[in-house]
Formats: sequence, C-alpha cells, structure tokens
Amino acid sequence: MTRALVYLDNGATTRVDRRVAEAAVQAMTEGFGNPSSAHRLGVEAARMLARAREQVARAVGGEPSEITFTSGGTEANTLGFYGAAKAARGRHVVTTAFEHPSVADAAKRLADEGFEVSLVAPGKDGVVLADDFAAQVRPDTAAVSILWVQNELGTVMPVAEIAERVKARAPRCHVHVDAVQAVGKLPVDVRAQPIDSLSLSAHKLHGPKGVGALWLKKGARVTPLQWGGGQERGLRPGTEGVPGIVALGLAIELAEAARPEAAPRMGRLRDQLWRAISDGLPEAKRHGDPARTAPHILSVGFPGVPAEPLLHALEGRGVCVSAGSACHAKDKKPSATLRAIGVPDDMGTLRFSFSRETTDEEIALAAQAVLEAVKELS
Amino acid sequence: LTSVLLTRYGEIFLKGQNRGFFERRLVENIKRSVAGIPGARVERTHGRVLVWPPADDASGSKTLRAVARVFGLTSVSPAAVVPRELAAISVAAVESARREVARRGGRPTFKVETRRSDKRFQPASPEVSKQVGAAIVEALDLPVDVHHPQLEVGVEIGFEHAFVYAETAPGPGGLPVGVTGKVELLLSGGIDSPVAGWLMLKRGCELGATYFHSFPYTGDHSKEKVSQLARALAAWQLADVRLNVVHFTDVQKALREASGDGRLAVVLYRRMMMRIAERLARSSGARALVTGEALAQVASQTLENLAVIGDSVRIPILRPCLAHDKQETIAIARRIGTYETSIQPYDDCCSLFVPEHPETRAKLDDVRACESRLDVEALADACARSVETITCRG
Repeated sequence: MTRALVYLDNGATTRVDRRVAEAAVQAMTEGFGNPSSAHRLGVEAARMLARAREQVARAVGGEPSEITFTSGGTEANTLGFYGAAKAARGRHVVTTAFEHPSVADAAKRLADEGFEVSLVAPGKDGVVLADDFAAQVRPDTAAVSILWVQNELGTVMPVAEIAERVKARAPRCHVHVDAVQAVGKLPVDVRAQPIDSLSLSAHKLHGPKGVGALWLKKGARVTPLQWGGGQERGLRPGTEGVPGIVALGLAIELAEAARPEAAPRMGRLRDQLWRAISDGLPEAKRHGDPARTAPHILSVGFPGVPAEPLLHALEGRGVCVSAGSACHAKDKKPSATLRAIGVPDDMGTLRFSFSRETTDEEIALAAQAVLEAVKELS
Repeated sequence: LTSVLLTRYGEIFLKGQNRGFFERRLVENIKRSVAGIPGARVERTHGRVLVWPPADDASGSKTLRAVARVFGLTSVSPAAVVPRELAAISVAAVESARREVARRGGRPTFKVETRRSDKRFQPASPEVSKQVGAAIVEALDLPVDVHHPQLEVGVEIGFEHAFVYAETAPGPGGLPVGVTGKVELLLSGGIDSPVAGWLMLKRGCELGATYFHSFPYTGDHSKEKVSQLARALAAWQLADVRLNVVHFTDVQKALREASGDGRLAVVLYRRMMMRIAERLARSSGARALVTGEALAQVASQTLENLAVIGDSVRIPILRPCLAHDKQETIAIARRIGTYETSIQPYDDCCSLFVPEHPETRAKLDDVRACESRLDVEALADACARSVETITCRG
C-alpha cells in the first residue's frame, strides 16, 4: 500500500508526537540515571520524574503527590478499582456492564475472591443512568468503578452525578473512574466531583505505550499489586520507567494545551463523517446518544454487513478503523458492549476514532471508502 | 571438564550406495543447526559426528538444543572429553553417573558400555567396562544390571581422546532434510498443515509453502500468522522456507457463485487450490503437494471428496496426517512449536465462504458441471502468476 494511511483508530492508540518521542530519547540517552541513585545523574532523573508528575497532576487537577505512574491504563484501573476493593472492609463492588476488560475482569476476579459484584446495565443510548447505578450501592459497598467515556461507543457517563449519588449512599465507598478515553478530549478535574481515583494512559494521548498513571486522592487506600524498593510511595515499586514517564508528562501537557481547539474540531469531523455515511447509506445506524458522545469516537452499525471484512475492505482503501474495540477485536463474537446496548449480531459495527491530527481531507477520503466498501460487501 | 556432543544416526546406514550422500548432507545440516552459535564446531570422525560447543556453552546445553532439530539424528549424548587413560575415564564416568542419578533421582541399575574406535587401545572393551563399572559401584553403590540397565554409562575410545557420558537425549529421527526431494506444502493457519510439513521434513524433504489469502475477508494478521508458521518450519528445515501467498479472493468469489447453493463450494476451492499449487510446485521443482488433511476430520475430507479433490491435478498429493487423530496431530504441533501460533484466532478462510451444510459425498460430474461455468485453468494460471513471495527465515 503506497498511498498515505488515513488513520481513524485513535481510540486504539495514537501516533507518538515527535516532541514527545524526542523527550523520551533524551531521557534514555542523556538523563539515563536511576532516580534513586545518590549522584547527580540520579538527581537529574528524579527531577525529570518530579516534573512529569507535576505535568500529569496539573492536567487532571490533582496534586503531584497523588500521582502514581503505572505500566498503562490496565494497571491503573487494576490498582484503582481492584486494589481499592482489596484494601476496604466491605465485600461488595459495583460497576457497569460495559467496562473495559481491565475493570470487567478485575470485577470477575473479585467475584472469585468472594466479593459480591453488581453490574449496572446501560440504556440503549449507551449511557448509564445515575439512578440505576446508585440503586446498586449499599452502605457496605467497598468500591465502584465507572468508565468516563465508553471506549467502543464514545458515550459519556454522568460521572459527577454518579459519584455524588454513590457518596450520598456510602460515604466511605471508593469511587474509581476509568478516564483513559476521556483525558485530552473532555475537561477532567478530579476535584470537581467526589471521586477517589482516576486512571489515564499515555498512548491514547500521542504518548508511548507502556505507561499510564493513577491519580489517587490523598488519604484514599489501595493495596499494591507488587512489592519492591518502595518507589511510587510503595504503591508501584520498581525502578521508575523514566523515559515513558517523561513522555507521558509532555504528552498530557501538549494534549491539554491543544484541547480547547482540538476537541471541538474532532467533534465537527466526527459529525461530518456521520453525515457523509448516513447520506450515502441511509440504513447505517449511529450507536450512542449523539448529544452525549465524546468528540473523538463515532460508532456506526451497518445492517447485514460483517464487520471484519468491512474493516479489511477499508484497510484495502487505506483507511484504518476498528471493529468494536481493538483490544478484543480478535474475538469473533460480537462485543459485549454492542450486545449490552441491543445491537443485533448481524449488524457489523465499526468504530471511527479521531485525534488532533485528523484532517478534513481524511474524513472525506474515509467517507468515500466506507461507501465503496459497504457496496463491495453487500 | 571439556564436553562434546556425540551424535548418532540410524536409518542412513540402511541406504546402501547413498550412504555417503546422506552422511554429507547430515553433516552439512548439523553445521547449519549450530550456525547461530558462534564458536561451535562440527567434526566428522570414525562413524561419529562430534559437535564441540563453544567455551561460553561449556555444558553444551544450548548447542544440544540446536542439534536436536537435525533430522536423521537418532540420539545425542553430551560427553566428557578425557585423556585415554583408565583412571581419568573412571573419574569422569563416576562424575557423569553421579550427575545423571541426581537428575533422575532414585538408585537406578546400570551398566557400562565401551566402544573402541581405536582398536589398538588396551585393555579391550569388556575389560574397560568392568574396571569403570567397579569404580562406579565403589563410589555410588549402584546395582549392576548388564541386561536391562536403567542407566547406561558410555565410554568411547577415540584416537585422540576418550569420551564418557551417562545422558542420551533422543534426536528427531527420520532422514536428513534435502535427501529425498522437494515438496510444496499447502499451508493454512490451522494446526494440521504445519504438522504435515514437519512430517515431510522428517522424511528428508525440502519444503516450499503456499498460502491462499482472501483479503478483505481475512485480514493481514492471518497472513502474518502463516508466515510465523513457515518460520517455525524453516527452523526445522535449517533453511529459509519460500512462502507463496496466492491472492484468492476473486477466484473464491467466482467459485462460490458457480457452486449455486454452495454445497460444493469447499470442494471447488480445494480443487482450485491444488491446481494453483501444482503450477507453483512445477515452477519450483517440487514433485508432490502436501496437505494437512485427515480422513473425515471435516466435511471436505471424506474419501469421496478427497478423490474428487485429487482428480483436479496430475501431481501426487501427499497427506501425512491422513490417519492421525486430532490429538496426535496436536501433540506433534506442541512439540514442534507451531501449536501456540496455530490457535491464534486469525482465520485462514472467512466463514462467509463456507456453506452451513457442505456436501460430504461430492460427485465428480456435479463438480465438473459447476467448473464448466468458468475457465478454471486460466484462473489457476492467473493466480499462480500473480503470487506474492515471502522468504521465511527460521
């Protein structure tokens, strides 16, 4: 394939910003010390680490001391949800029925370990109602987890309302928020609602894979998942992955700086693509309530068209998208998320996801490719 | 303690006049197997091929794992290299036996087996065995059993050194790759076809491979998966495998169309695959096609359907897994390192192309009637011409 790729799979991962890559290279080849070393190379590495912590804290409205660096979103979710449930006294947890696997599987694991697990079903519009969520919470609920932006649909959950209702019923319950798809696209302020932890990942923000962070509110308790030399206040011991962390710090700073302009533009491109698809294919269906969808995700169902061949037919035209969500696109079963909102199994669904690099021209090319590919396979 | 790998080969001895050719090929293959281990050295001596591990693999375990992939070898023993003196031989034998007993546990019965390449060496073999055996009894208090020993301690007297061993690792057997000719493997992403290819390698064949790709109905992950399987086979072939990727979508669609209700579709695809593979085989010098088909495993693999599929080409179609139970094939796949790749969930054929109720007893006349709607030979020519080639290195 010689033509330029139209990359509309930014929900799966994003291209690393060159400035971010350069910062990581600098941290690997020049500031390569171990932050725990007593000499000046160690001091320099510790300084870079502290700066990245400030950058991440500033982006989400927390304190640097509340940031724990992890290997990515999955580990941050595991620590924030599973780790909180294990540290609490209660034996009951609540989450939604269409979480990312890092939360859904943590809930299964908690069930195996004797926890009672309540799953809250979303509506057909792809949004969980605060009433429904709060109704599952009991005074002894140890922890709840809510994904802010649904990764396959792009729908935005009423996180503030849910958090307030949960705390009203169970003030000591740990409220974890999976913000992996929200940071950089929506305004995120950890102090704007009563939550205890929030996860984020660098590679959704034009940063590298293999690094993420957990914001953990001062005083909130989680059980660490590993043991070692006491780094990250003992929550995540092991020599810090300084190059990745430095990259995350810069990536999140750049994402936040770009957001006021980039987010509305992504939303406009999303709507343009949907208009072009629905004009050409009136039978296509947009999943999720358009009024409550993050700007960077468009989920479209094509009745009677199988998703995976459609994805490859688009790929053959230079357009990269996901069928469902890339993390489990290998499973041939229709995704649990799509089933949860009542999408029939024979409706192939594609996720188009945008970034601050996406252009008008790419949207036009993608729309054209979709119309052609659906015709080819119908 | 210097160590060396003593290799043994079996069936080659049976091959009469070809023996020299087979042995040269075997030595060449052993050299290739250790090409990735800098400093390893292969030496051919009296009826033995010795492999000397490099200094940084003093125990020889890394070199042994490489040599264990050479078809034609029946067994390999890591041996201690000692001066040709009974005292030194006895010390090494006690030490080798001690280590092997520790590894196995228990108190095995044993015997010492001596072989002299240099017949001038004195005392004669039985006496060497007797004296070394006595040293082992004294040091380790193991019971002797000369008829059915659980542990055999070997002593070989060469012209420069003596070799002593207590451990014998099985080789893969078969014949050296390259001595029986070339075959073309129809390689899918499944469990069976890599095993079929491996079994042909074991019988001394060289492999080329052909994969049928149906983009966009199957994605490039499937192609990558098949390349990975070809690389796994290349590691056993000890040479690159050339993978032909046939772009099959348009032909497959045409066949699906021509099949009417689809019941004969799979047989039609298989016949076309054979035709294309036959052309690729002829152009690369392969003398047979190889498939992973097992009798009655799936609908296309009934005796009736295999006959109809075989009718499409003149070249022989070899099916080394034909009589395997699935579990037998899986056991080989695990052993040769293809199973984990084969079970990755990337299909080689989209379910859209496979009818729900395929014909299990296709009739040749019906199949030919479907094909008469197309110019099958021209389609096969075109597919064979537009093939994409990937060199797969083990």
